[in-house]
Amino acid sequence: MPDSTVVGLHHEEEHHPELLHHFAEPEQQRDAASFGMWIFLGTEVMFFGGLFLAYLIYRRLYFGDFGAASSSIKAGLGAANTAVLICSSLTVVLAIWGAQTARRSLMIGSLILTMLFGLTFLGIKGIEYKEKFDEHHVPGASFSFDHVPIPGHPDQYANPRHAEIFFALYFIMTGLHALHMIVGLGIFTWLLIMAWKGRFTPEYHTPLEIGGLYWHFVDIIWIYLFPLLYLIDRHR
Amino acid sequence: MSDHSKSSPLKTYFSVWIALLVGTFVTYEAAFIDLGRFNAVVALTIATIKALIVALFFMHLRHAHERLLKLVVIATIFFLFILIALSMADYATRT
Amino acid sequence: MATATIQPVERENYLNKHYGVGSWLFTTDHKRIALLYLISITFFFFIGGLFALLIRLELLTPAGDLVQADTYNKLFTMHGQVMVFFFLIPSIPAVLGNFLVPMMIGAKDLAFPRINLLSWYLYIIAGLMMVHCMLTGGVDTGWTFYTPFSTAFSNTKVIEAGLAIFVSGFSSILTGLNFVVTIHRMRAPGMTWSRLPLFIWAHYATSIIQILGTPVIAITLVLVVAERALHLGIFDPKLGGDPLLFQHLFWFYSHPAVYIMILPSMGVVTEIIACFSRKRIFGYSFVAFSSIAIAVFGFLVWAHHMFVAGISVYAALIFSILSYAVAVPSAVKVFNWTATLYKGSIHYDAPMLYAFGFVGLFTMGGLTGLFLAALGIDVHVTDTYFVIAHFHYIMVGGALMGYLGGMHFWWPKISGRLYPEGWARLAALIVFLGFNLTFFPQFILGYLGMPRRYFDYSHMPEFQVLNVLSTAGATVLGVGYLLPMIYFLWSMRYGKPAPDNPWNAAGLEWMTSSPPTTFNFETEPVVTWEAYNYDELDGGHKQEVKVAG
Repeated sequence: MPDSTVVGLHHEEEHHPELLHHFAEPEQQRDAASFGMWIFLGTEVMFFGGLFLAYLIYRRLYFGDFGAASSSIKAGLGAANTAVLICSSLTVVLAIWGAQTARRSLMIGSLILTMLFGLTFLGIKGIEYKEKFDEHHVPGASFSFDHVPIPGHPDQYANPRHAEIFFALYFIMTGLHALHMIVGLGIFTWLLIMAWKGRFTPEYHTPLEIGGLYWHFVDIIWIYLFPLLYLIDRHR
Repeated sequence: MSDHSKSSPLKTYFSVWIALLVGTFVTYEAAFIDLGRFNAVVALTIATIKALIVALFFMHLRHAHERLLKLVVIATIFFLFILIALSMADYATRT
Repeated sequence: MATATIQPVERENYLNKHYGVGSWLFTTDHKRIALLYLISITFFFFIGGLFALLIRLELLTPAGDLVQADTYNKLFTMHGQVMVFFFLIPSIPAVLGNFLVPMMIGAKDLAFPRINLLSWYLYIIAGLMMVHCMLTGGVDTGWTFYTPFSTAFSNTKVIEAGLAIFVSGFSSILTGLNFVVTIHRMRAPGMTWSRLPLFIWAHYATSIIQILGTPVIAITLVLVVAERALHLGIFDPKLGGDPLLFQHLFWFYSHPAVYIMILPSMGVVTEIIACFSRKRIFGYSFVAFSSIAIAVFGFLVWAHHMFVAGISVYAALIFSILSYAVAVPSAVKVFNWTATLYKGSIHYDAPMLYAFGFVGLFTMGGLTGLFLAALGIDVHVTDTYFVIAHFHYIMVGGALMGYLGGMHFWWPKISGRLYPEGWARLAALIVFLGFNLTFFPQFILGYLGMPRRYFDYSHMPEFQVLNVLSTAGATVLGVGYLLPMIYFLWSMRYGKPAPDNPWNAAGLEWMTSSPPTTFNFETEPVVTWEAYNYDELDGGHKQEVKVAG
């Protein structure tokens, strides 16, 4: 059936060097990439969503024990880490703005700062984990949480089993978050190399925007983790 | 992300940054005041506001031509709500 | 390539453009990736089928004589896991969807070709993990991984199977993500949403479930693995955990997962019915939006799997009512297919026979689903063969019939060869009869009270007749599945070369060559006609293709 063959003009425009063959124009390619990233972030929300559900159910059942367990973590470290991540989000938008306005040193400097903030976050997280490890608050064979009073009820001790569920969720949630940070650091290393090589211009800097979306999203997850895990039923 | 290069967005970026830091400080301080069950409400409200301004300003969700992206966000939050609400409906009404 | 032998001058196409293993393993062409998937899922289909065969053989006699309890538990577990996660979920989306979605919307490829390849590699990694798990002992938890048995008691390879399914989940997520972005961003000029083939709408709805549901099972499996390795207590009632939380999380994905299997099949059947009735599909927008409605409602019903597990009675009531709601869009589809057939000029080609099989079997599966959604009846037949028969009518009678119908319908496009029509009709008939012989007796068995997952029913020898019927049917069914495989392979070498549009079907995929070239179309198509314009096709007016630009 030769008459059903599609006839038409062949679009032989001057191709942008970064335009992949199956896209018609750079705009379409950029929109597809950003749309794809947003959908991926949607899957990430549902991924963490299962953990948030588990957290909510057990927090409702074992509120006092969760309060006791939460109060054993240094809230100041969590707050400091929140601030660090917020600063890193600022440097991400500055890097993109630097690319948009052809300010090369601002872009590269901001990328480096972002990664430094990311490393600082992981460092503080490491200090926190080490403390929990020393206190035998890591779930497993050596876990112990005996004779810890429930906040507001000095005469009642927290049930170590229920506290263990809190710490299990704490380690899984913050651990997965930290894993996302490490992946983010990998992405930003690659972005830094691309930026250094001069691949990003005011016209083309899609990878920066996509990587930035991921980084901000990891920040948003932490914005929720901080009050949920560190600030249950706190008392001075 | 969009062609708003005429006016510099720096002012917005830095105001958002300040707002996020203030929000963190308020969350931290409010946690030590005994408000009963409203501690959680306050903390989650502030967290949601913070998440929203990160999404709207840092992730550029507020621009009109990104309606599709808003749909993705709304759909995701809707299904997350379904997961949590219907599961909690079971836990809250068990006898 | 075998295809090069018959035609002396063969046009360049996606199959013969490059040669060599590397050109397949590192391809980013959506059509080649579809074929990679086709080979891989066929492999897993036959592994899963082998387990099914052993299960049916064991149930031939009331006593546990072929295998013992431990082996039997592993057999049905791995039958379920392989069939669900490694065959049914990727089947139509990853093979036919991969091949057809870009072509049907007039695109050169999916939006992210490299991610598409990555998703196949993830599938293969997951598959190898699963095979390794099976060869080194297997799992016995049931495909559902129910806790605390899976986390505290089972002595089998729960962690490895869990991780395999975790990885395969990401393959599924990436496929769905790719489809959604492609359908939104890559449509050819003139291909508006209301002109999309309903196959595309079905895949769009499927992708929503893959994107939003799969991450939940992923995190659930992470929790199961962590709990089993470290005894955290999250799902262990002895340690203060709640096993029902696992079931909520598991079914939040695994119920919608049923729609991942059936929705693409519905899309295939819609295409076939329109083509072989030579009619525009009846109620296009109803069929399109019923796909979306199924995807959304599918997320609201999961706890009907837990009616007897100890959830609150009020929640059970809500979930029972919501489960009825999901039947409405499914029924809309069945009515629209029937209305399309009405006064159509129906052709009984092999794909159409499969489509007929689909409509009948899916309707039975769906209606028995309503029985199970009713609280009272569900209590009576929970965990009996009634449930087994019900979901096999949906998954095998529905999803698999659609897959086979689609494979026949598009085989000329995929391979450039025609399959032998007579054999194909015979196979469709054998599959239909074999299927009913296998699973209809199970409805009765279940209603009479035969529980699922039992290897030995010697205290109830009166169940044997129905079980023998079922095993006989499974044998027939097995023959029915082997036949297409044989003649498809045969046709690759000896089949007649296929014309570009052997069915005179509507749709962009039929307007390019068979097999298509690497970028699908010589030039970007511009769509000026509505979907399913069979009245125009048969009225002598050829589809007119406007010149692009």
